[in-house]
Amino acid sequence: MTAPRLLSAFGRFWWEFIVGDTPELALGVALVVLAAWGLAAAKVPIGAALLPVALLLLLTASLWRGRRPG
Amino acid sequence: MTATLLVALAVFGACAVETVEALTIVLAAGLTRGWRSALEGSALAVVVLAAVVAALGPALIHLVPIAVLRVVVGSLLLVLGLQWLRKAILRASGHKPKHDEDAIYQREVARLSGLPRPATGRDATGFVIAFKGVLLEGTEVVMIVLTLGLSSGRLEVAALGALAAVLVVGTVGALVARQLSEVPENALKLGVGLMLVTFGTFWAGEGVGVRWPGADLFLLGLLALYGVATWALVSYLGRESPRPEVLA
Repeated sequence: MTAPRLLSAFGRFWWEFIVGDTPELALGVALVVLAAWGLAAAKVPIGAALLPVALLLLLTASLWRGRRPG
Repeated sequence: MTATLLVALAVFGACAVETVEALTIVLAAGLTRGWRSALEGSALAVVVLAAVVAALGPALIHLVPIAVLRVVVGSLLLVLGLQWLRKAILRASGHKPKHDEDAIYQREVARLSGLPRPATGRDATGFVIAFKGVLLEGTEVVMIVLTLGLSSGRLEVAALGALAAVLVVGTVGALVARQLSEVPENALKLGVGLMLVTFGTFWAGEGVGVRWPGADLFLLGLLALYGVATWALVSYLGRESPRPEVLA
């Protein structure tokens, strides 16, 4: 196996591992954490409820996308 | 104390789930291609995984500032944990077929039995199948051991939790090889998903500057919140689900 193919396989493995079939979770977590970081950097006080509530909304949206209609 | 216990439990649970999945592949390879090749392949994969933890763990602690490490690690835990939780909720509520280790085992045995075998010496197919199976399932465990261990400053607790799960599940699994489907895999996955999301929230939050009330004790509050939300989501989705199936 050549170096470019090895690198490509390595990249594909991590993409599948982190993004896989739920890109909304990877993107959503990145956005939520970045937003919290931005608020903290701007000296806006972040309450303890902000992160858990945002993450639960993200999970609910992802489940909604993944459910099979009855 | 609370964090240490939860780290040990989370790693043990995650490693138990992955060990069941790896064991299915190793048993199929061992029975069809010979035990020597399957065990050698598995052992080499375990050595590679242990080397990755031993090499990366201390290096990351010394090279990366703890706040950055917590944000990155917390985010990774959140992605992994939400993926596990999502899958477990969809399976528990009947929206996704359950993972059936017996069916996977039978399929692997049929596939491997059909491949030609060397007349003498080590069976390369059995070796590679077992090596890949353990390495792939183990990579997720390594990620969890490293992320939980590094963020909590308890890498040795995380590593011991993983080792204990491999020993317990490996021994029990080898003794009752035909009953792998009896392991409550989805319940384990749900529990581990809850803990990964709990730790991910806690450390990502600390990394960006959130001050959690009660410090480490807040982990229990987060776990309870996510637990109640999961129960509500399973109940709600279960009411509108089609008939559950089993993944073959």
